[in-house]
Amino acid sequence: MALAETSPVAPVQKPQGYWAGVGARLVRDPLTMICLGVVLLLILSAVFAPYLGLPDPYKGSMIARLKPLGTPGHILGTDEQGRDMFARLIYGGRLTLFIGLSPVVLAFFIGGVLGIVAGYVGGFVNTVIMRTVDVFFAFPSVLLAIAISGALGAGIVNSLVSLTIVFIPPIARVAEAVTSGVRALDYIDAARATGASALTVIRVHVIGNVLSPIFVYATSLTSVCMILAAGLSFLGIGVRPPEPEWGLMLNTLRSAIYVNPWLSALPGVMIFVTSLCLNLLSDGLRSAMNVRD
Amino acid sequence: MTKLLDIQNLSVKFSGKRNVHAINDVSLAMEQGETLALLGESGSGKSVTLKALLGLLPPKRTRIDGSMRVNGTDVLSLRGKALRKYRGGEVSMVFQEPALALDPVYTVGHQIAESVMRHKGLDKANAMSVALDMLDRVRIPSANRRLHSYPHELSGGMRQRVMIALALACRPRLLLADEPTTALDATVQIQILLLLRELQKEFGMGVIFVTHDIGVAVEISERVAVMYAGQIVEEGTTREIINDARHPYTRGLLAANLHDVARGTRLNAIPGAPPALDSAPGACSFAPRCPIALPACRAVLPPVFAPGPRRRVACLRATEPIAAE
Repeated sequence: MALAETSPVAPVQKPQGYWAGVGARLVRDPLTMICLGVVLLLILSAVFAPYLGLPDPYKGSMIARLKPLGTPGHILGTDEQGRDMFARLIYGGRLTLFIGLSPVVLAFFIGGVLGIVAGYVGGFVNTVIMRTVDVFFAFPSVLLAIAISGALGAGIVNSLVSLTIVFIPPIARVAEAVTSGVRALDYIDAARATGASALTVIRVHVIGNVLSPIFVYATSLTSVCMILAAGLSFLGIGVRPPEPEWGLMLNTLRSAIYVNPWLSALPGVMIFVTSLCLNLLSDGLRSAMNVRD
Repeated sequence: MTKLLDIQNLSVKFSGKRNVHAINDVSLAMEQGETLALLGESGSGKSVTLKALLGLLPPKRTRIDGSMRVNGTDVLSLRGKALRKYRGGEVSMVFQEPALALDPVYTVGHQIAESVMRHKGLDKANAMSVALDMLDRVRIPSANRRLHSYPHELSGGMRQRVMIALALACRPRLLLADEPTTALDATVQIQILLLLRELQKEFGMGVIFVTHDIGVAVEISERVAVMYAGQIVEEGTTREIINDARHPYTRGLLAANLHDVARGTRLNAIPGAPPALDSAPGACSFAPRCPIALPACRAVLPPVFAPGPRRRVACLRATEPIAAE
């Protein structure tokens, strides 16, 4: 009788989209979720800083300078001008994250386009783009950022520009490498054999396959970028005082290290935690975005 | 009625660090709805012929001479939009390795629908129902669910069925099958062959079936063209090729068959290797390996004998009675 039993009609599965699958895999990864939580918390607190009822981060007090951690009214103490540390760290997140993330986003688009075009078109175009990019590899990234910022002069916009220029070459390289790998695969020929135009092939089949490795690589650069941005401010060619920014705060609190070491370490702790979480997040993303296993 | 395919004196030459004369003076014709097997070993120019037919060869490094007409359309003169309409609409291709020929980041339904939307101008929902219908036609069980599968979730045979569905979705008049069963295991091979044969009857299209397996060629096709070193050395109906092979290379291929060989005896392999194709051949390319070669074979290109209509042999000794071996 068991044989006569007809197999039930397979229920039509709701198609699960690519991003839904990535989301489902991310949720099952506790470490990545924690890091995502920390990064989100930092971003949200930075964005909504004015609404958190914090003391004015610019207003100092001559009598309450370099108060230690846990001082009533100043949970994390005060800095060398008597400004509330907690407020400055939260407000500092705004500039630090902005300068840390936006160059990578800009470089992701510019470098990605350059690399994909170079990888797909090949030949002379590839040579022109990639050799130009290679020139930038001759300099260490820190030195390059300092040189460009120094030449352009201090300021937020200039450090954004210099950091973007620093990150275009590595992203373009990765994009070129994965694109030229994908271009040689059969499915590109197969797509052309079904009548896809060059533009469709790039838009659908090339970008679909190279975007996630480039994206994952770019997320791993955000922590480097944040540290570089903080470094520029530390050297005085990035953000100018009295703006709160973690790198700059690290610089101005440097002299207080013998008086109140914990206090002067706080901006460094923020930079460390943020870049660590961004790194772990990009690792988690890399494994979640890999469809094939 | 116009011929489905008419290749005249096609030569393909790749230039680069080394020049390769991949195809030398090939002429080939097919009637509507015919199945032709293109038989030959690796590097004999089978796949290059197919890629040339779809205009897929890299334009900068390739020189193509001669003419190719599909349903009267001159393929070499097609550019831009007309070429894209022709690819996939008029002629489409099934690739050897289905694992590599499907894009890993899109569902199979999406990939078929893409091609349908492009050629038929349908919207996404209708194109998806065409894709579903195609998956049914290539006998994929529970096609409804498979529509939303990624290629890596399917088995090799299943992927090749998808590839066939993709190639046939826009009802081409000519299907190019580039060793579609080579990457599959034996039991799946025969299923795919039978499927292709059924679909060929159902859709009434012409099929060029590239293979190096003479057994597969016999199974699927009405006609056989044997390629060696970028040339067609013999052409005829499958029956003629099997029963009355005239070219020593074809005879060698038939003799190298594994069937009916007593255990322990040596297999009849053809000695030697195919020639390098650095220069265009000036003599018979097979002569160095040929058991019956004459001095004349090494001096001039062999004449083409045509014992019957649509039957030809490029061999100096084709008319001689076959010596008992």
